Amino acid sequence: MAVEGIGARALRKEDKRFITGKGQYTDDMVMPGMGFAAFVRSPHAHAKVTSIDSTAALTMPGVDAVLTGDQLVGDGIGNLICGWMIHSKDGSPMNMGGWRALEPEIVRHVGQAVAVVIADTQAQARDAADAVEVEYEELPAVVDSVAALQPGAPQLHPEAAGNLIFDWEIGDEAAVNDAFEKAAHVTRMEISNNRLVPNPMEPRAALASYNDAEEHHTLYTTSQNPHVARLVLSAFYAVAPEHKLRVIAPDVGGGFGSKIYIYPEEMVCLWASKRVGRPVKWVSDRTEAFLTDAHGRDHKSEAELALDADNKIIGFRVKTVANIGAYMSLFSSAVPTYLYATLLSGQYDIPAIHANVKTVYTNTTPVDAYRGAGRPEATYLVERMMETTAREIGLSPAEFRRKNFVRSFPHQTPVIMCYDAGDYDATLDAAMKAADYDGIAARKAEAASRGKLRGIGMSCYIEACGIAPSAAVGSLGAGVGLWESAEVRVNPVGTVEVLTGSHSHGQGHETTFAQLICERFGLDSDSVAIVHGDTDKVQFGMGTYGSRSGAVGMSAIVKALDKVEAKAKKIAAHLMEASEGDIQIEGGELKVAGTDKKLNFSEVALAAYTAHNLPEGMEPGLKEGAFYDPTNFTFPSGTYICEVEVDPETGTTEIVSFVAADDFGKVINPMIVEGQVHGGLVQGIGQALLENAAYDENGQLLTASYMDYTMPRADDVPSFNLSTHETLCPGNPLGMKGCGEAGAIGSPPAVINAITDAIGNNALTMPAAAEKVWSLYQSGSKEAAE
Amino acid sequence: MSKVSMVLNGKSVSADVEDRTLLVSFIREVRALTGTHVGCDTSQCGACVILVNGKAVKSCTMLAAQADGAEVVTVEGLASNGALHPVQAAFRENHGLQCGFCTPGMIMSAVDMINRYGAGNLDEDTIRHELEGNICRCTGYHNIVKSIKAASDQMAGMSQAAE
Ligand code: FES
Ligand code: FES
Repeated sequence: MAVEGIGARALRKEDKRFITGKGQYTDDMVMPGMGFAAFVRSPHAHAKVTSIDSTAALTMPGVDAVLTGDQLVGDGIGNLICGWMIHSKDGSPMNMGGWRALEPEIVRHVGQAVAVVIADTQAQARDAADAVEVEYEELPAVVDSVAALQPGAPQLHPEAAGNLIFDWEIGDEAAVNDAFEKAAHVTRMEISNNRLVPNPMEPRAALASYNDAEEHHTLYTTSQNPHVARLVLSAFYAVAPEHKLRVIAPDVGGGFGSKIYIYPEEMVCLWASKRVGRPVKWVSDRTEAFLTDAHGRDHKSEAELALDADNKIIGFRVKTVANIGAYMSLFSSAVPTYLYATLLSGQYDIPAIHANVKTVYTNTTPVDAYRGAGRPEATYLVERMMETTAREIGLSPAEFRRKNFVRSFPHQTPVIMCYDAGDYDATLDAAMKAADYDGIAARKAEAASRGKLRGIGMSCYIEACGIAPSAAVGSLGAGVGLWESAEVRVNPVGTVEVLTGSHSHGQGHETTFAQLICERFGLDSDSVAIVHGDTDKVQFGMGTYGSRSGAVGMSAIVKALDKVEAKAKKIAAHLMEASEGDIQIEGGELKVAGTDKKLNFSEVALAAYTAHNLPEGMEPGLKEGAFYDPTNFTFPSGTYICEVEVDPETGTTEIVSFVAADDFGKVINPMIVEGQVHGGLVQGIGQALLENAAYDENGQLLTASYMDYTMPRADDVPSFNLSTHETLCPGNPLGMKGCGEAGAIGSPPAVINAITDAIGNNALTMPAAAEKVWSLYQSGSKEAAE
Repeated sequence: MSKVSMVLNGKSVSADVEDRTLLVSFIREVRALTGTHVGCDTSQCGACVILVNGKAVKSCTMLAAQADGAEVVTVEGLASNGALHPVQAAFRENHGLQCGFCTPGMIMSAVDMINRYGAGNLDEDTIRHELEGNICRCTGYHNIVKSIKAASDQMAGMSQAAE
């Protein structure tokens, strides 16, 4: 087999098990004697729990136990926490309310669990959960973030007066005020970012067991970061001590952020398995997933952009209210602050930016990071503003953007980020060429002749990935460091196992990570195995989110490979009586430069383990570990251009072409990168056209199934025209930037810019449902602000 | 309880199950074939698609008892003598899967689609339309559509060669 190294379109090593039905997801796991959990959930958005009566449920067939919040609290189980401290602009710490995995007193969103039933079968557990009688005293609820801040609004947590969690700011307000005083033109918009439900196709699940002789717990769970789960479960929730808890995240069916967090259900299974003395399994049904998986987005903003007489941006002012839901999920505070407002400079040289963010409790499902996490909200705001401003001042959207592009690096923005490398003209040029941007007038005319409205819209996104330098995020409030670890084990026969703290749940790490090893040692990929997702095997890791597994996870592997290579060369030099500097690795062999002396990689590995003839003082073995802490964020960027046709009779939008030109830095496997972009684009197009988590005024989720929440289907989206344009990231050894979220970040504004261009009315909000588009076109008020 | 018997992936099987047992539960829990997945509770996602008497069926929407006497094929039964079915191979070659959770249902729907239209008779629009009952959250469908088209065309070539 040919060596498939960096840059190869290597087919995936993991595919065989998935296409033959041999994947092993959490719900596929079985343990002898296991019982099933079913949760008793609140039907109310806000209510006092006045009594819980389990008498009838306990008499039902197969029922083992009904457990409630009082027992949980009585057993010393801790509250769920948010792991990122944010301070308000007045210096006060964020106002975090208590969150119990089973709530004994006051429920704050529909679907919150108050009790759990453990029974022999899933059907028995669900039947008995229906029979648990819970009395509630309903309280008034609030679901809208702006309404929740009004005086007299229902109050959720005693810790957070006025439902305000924090009132945070970034940037220089005085400098921005100055800029607006001098401005020749100001564009103003109100922009909202609709609430979404991540919806990985595999629902969350957990299987927990307890061995009382060993006092040891095992938890199989659908996690993007099993080590973080173990840390939080032990250090904060006190369910089990860290060395007595093994967390395994086996095959995981997508995450998109929603499987980062440690949720009540997984924790309750772990606790309950010890209490009832049998393994406990829980599998979310889809409605539970809609009600309890952390939601994404839900921002309401006002934005103002100031230009000088030459159409250069001189100031940007943003006020955002972010809906956090009923409780603060694990990273919820970081998403609308450091993952959002730090990207408000976009690809542009803006001398003064100020953003104020208020985060608010409401009687809705908690909101946290969903694919892009803050950066889609920033990009949507910036790129809607850019397109709208260009229209207002009569410049072409491309020309206005070009006029303001950052072109020299490093570039320090006024909102913390220091862009290290990029070429925004290159991706803009490539996208415009691929989309035949300049030929749009003819296509509009042709469409008009068929009675259709054609429109084109662009979006030049930038995002920050590779999270993150530990000291930097520590100073901003993070409760953990965001490095990654790796261990490279060369076996005596010369095969290689790589243990990584990253976790793959669709990203293809078993393939791309192996490509690094193949490249380095000239091995074929069958002799490399990637091990991840098990806290008993991998020492520690921070997991996969924020497009960090390439830039951070692979950098850790590279560091460990450097050490392995150095030791292998020392051994080879010793065995061949050459100097270490003359050893070269090529095609699976270690050669002495300029001679025909060589040793196979496997011979060197064997020599390391037989240890019969090693250099003086060298330890046997060929295994090295490394921790890699990033030096900076990475900054993927690109231009997306969307072209649509709207039917004026019905308001339906068809995407007729979609072009993406991305700069992800070094690409390890183009096939996998393209797949990541395709998936991200469809999630972003889904947000723009179809998806919306809607609540009624009482806090009932109206979109709690696939009957009501519109997931993009194959027929709703086009095939894509992709290209990549590489500027290397100087901050990590491979020059990688990350590609997992770009599609979801860059696409929504391109779609909405295109539709508003087609209908000549800018007052469109996401999702662009046909009825909304139709009535905006009919009303025809072109100047209306969004 | 009732006794349900069927031919599952070429093997005669039977078991006593509760009347309310869904076909998907019979396959996953009674027969321990976990390649067939459950992604929703409203018959929308298609993660559970299998073939019953040669036709694609959402196995979450049918009782095990309704499949009594039927011939049932799941994703585990597609490969023959260790050789992947052309649709399985095409999904791998065209990167038609990421997390793999929707994949068994997608593959079974694709097999059914090619059966109904005839190998070589599928274009992109038809494939996209026919995939209405299968949701994938990872791939954006681009490479799934490509995989199905490739499999369909390749199977046409194979049957021509055989003639
Ligand atoms: S499980 Fe979703 S359609 Fe059957
Ligand atoms: S591959 Fe993950 S849902 Fe389709």
